[in-house]
Order: sequence, then C-alpha cells, then structure tokens
Amino acid sequence: MSLWTTVILAGALSLATKLLGYLIPHEWLDGPLVSRVMKYLPIALLAALVAVQTFGGSNGSVVLDARAAGLLVATIALCLRAPFLLVIVLAGASAAILRAFGIG
Amino acid sequence: MTTLTEQTKPVARQGLWVGIATGLYGTSFGALAVAAGLNIPQAMVLSLLLFSGGSQFAVVGVIASGGTGLAAVTTSTLLGLRNAFYGLQVSRLLDATGPRKVLAAHLTIDESTAVAIAQPDRERTKVGFWWTGLSVFLFWNLMTFVGAVLGNALGDPKKWGLDAAASGAFIALLWPRLTNTRTRITAVAAASIALLVSPHAPAGTPILIAALAAVVAGALPDASEGDDGEAIIDEDLPHPQLDHSPFADDGSLLTRREWRERRHQGGAS
Repeated sequence: MSLWTTVILAGALSLATKLLGYLIPHEWLDGPLVSRVMKYLPIALLAALVAVQTFGGSNGSVVLDARAAGLLVATIALCLRAPFLLVIVLAGASAAILRAFGIG
Repeated sequence: MTTLTEQTKPVARQGLWVGIATGLYGTSFGALAVAAGLNIPQAMVLSLLLFSGGSQFAVVGVIASGGTGLAAVTTSTLLGLRNAFYGLQVSRLLDATGPRKVLAAHLTIDESTAVAIAQPDRERTKVGFWWTGLSVFLFWNLMTFVGAVLGNALGDPKKWGLDAAASGAFIALLWPRLTNTRTRITAVAAASIALLVSPHAPAGTPILIAALAAVVAGALPDASEGDDGEAIIDEDLPHPQLDHSPFADDGSLLTRREWRERRHQGGAS
C-alpha cells in the first residue's frame, strides 16, 4: 500500500466511523460488553504503541536505547502533571542530549 | 449557529482555548509525521481528513516502526472507534441535519465531546460542541503545517530525539486513562504482549494482537463498576454521565434541582 493510499484510507475510515455514531440506531452499540471493551481498547492500543515505539528495533527485536530514557523522563513529567506538549518536548530533548554524547 | 448570549459566551471562550491548547501539540504531530517519512501534504491530509489525534499519531508511529499501510490503517481505525460512541451520545444533543450532521460527525473527537456534554443545558451543549470542534480543527491543522515545515527543516529526526518524542506523545495520550487498577494492568499486559510477539509477527501487527488485552479486560466481570455499560466515555473527560442527562424524556430541560436529584437516584431517566 502506498503512503498516499494509507493516508486517504485511514482518513476515510475515520470519517466513516464517526458518521456511524450519528446514523445507526442507538441500541445497536449499546450493549454492556461492547461498551466495556471499547473503554479498554484505546488503553491497550496506546500502551502497545508506547512499547513498540520505545523498545522496537529492526526486524521486531527489542532494544534499549536513548528512547527508553526519553520515556522515563516523560513518565516523570506526567507524574508532576506537566502539560502534553512539555512532556513530548522533554522526551525528545532527553534522547537528543544522550545521543549528542554518543549514548543510544 | 445562533448568536452568543451572556450564558453561552464563557462556553465559547472555553472551546476556543481548548482548541488553541490542542492545536499547539499539532506541531508535534506535524514534525513526527515528516520524521516518519510522510511529506507535508500527506501530514496535512491526515489532520484534515482523519482528524483524531491518537489515530494520527498511530498511523505515523506504525509507519515509522516499519509496519505496513494495512497495519497502520487498522490500528488507527480501531483507536478511532471510540469516536463512533461519542457520536451516539452527542448526536442526540445536537439535532443537526444534512451537511451540518456530516460536519458534526467529523468534529466529534475527545475534546469537543468532553466540552459538549459537560454543559448543563442544550443551548450551551451546542455552543460548546461547535466552538470546541471548529477551534480544534482550525488550530490543529494550522499547527500541523507549522510542525511539518519545521520537521522538514530539522533533518535527521533521530538526532533531535523525534523518535523518543513519539513515545512521549503516546504515553501522554495514555496517562489520563490509567484511572484504576484494571486500566493499569490492561496497559502493562498490552505493552508486554506487543513486545513478546514482535520478533515473531510482521511489523505493525503486534499492536493489533495486543488489543486482545482490551477484550479480556472488558469481558472479565468487575465488581468495582456496575454492569450497565455506561463507562464508555473516558473518566478523564470532565462531564456528567449521559445517563444523568440534564434533559427529561421528552427532551425538555430539567431544572438544576431536578437534575441533581436524578443524579443522586442513580440516573433513572
């Protein structure tokens, strides 16, 4: 799949998903099991994305490098209630500084 | 949209500020998108057409880690499913029709839903939804463009730690959802599954396999919350549960006192 196909398909499916909520009868998606799974779905996906983005190496290997330090700093910032953008900047800056010293 | 009154003006202002704050981190999305190999128009189309922060970060995250387009699209769509559930709830409060309904659907994201359903009456719900949705849309796209141009100028993304910045973005999106033991266990389980299967599965698919953790977490009985399935809206979003809707069955507005009484009764509406 080319990058453009990916971008347009992901966008179209996003809009279709949102429209679904406005068009289908309420009862269809109102079951307790569906709602409960839907509550945990973003949590599982985002946690998996954190793991792969931080520790993923080439060919599916698991590696520890400057990204892990970035994640650690981001987590500390979140514990200190830092705003979203600051968390991102601190994560990136920590990794950049380590790499400037030839680590990770 | 109707003209603003003394009552709705603060809600509009709140929506505007939510848009500016959210728009700011559109900069990081733009920069990460070009770091993942997208060009500026592709980053822009994601913000204009996909328009759902977490899903957009997921697309570029999966692509950056070498995943296929199919894995990127599937992850982003699964992550965006919650928007359909937001739509189920806000569509009843907006009564938009025709093209306006399509626009409302497109603007249905975490932020607009949160501001809309936190309002005590129907008029402010509408103002909150539209002002927040349009303001986030405007600033998010504007700042995506700024970020993409900046990212392009930076050169080697690793030198600037942009890969670690993406980790930071995901953990920051995840963090407010970790509200109790089960959500935390789900997160740890999903992260472990993803890393355990990644040497054996094609790039991008470990994230989808890890989504199974959500199915298990949702299916197992949980004594700490009711079995009424009202937990779909994230706890971090400031709002009264819709089961405690400020509207009577015929759609008329309850008085504040009636509404509070209903909430104390457990939301029998």
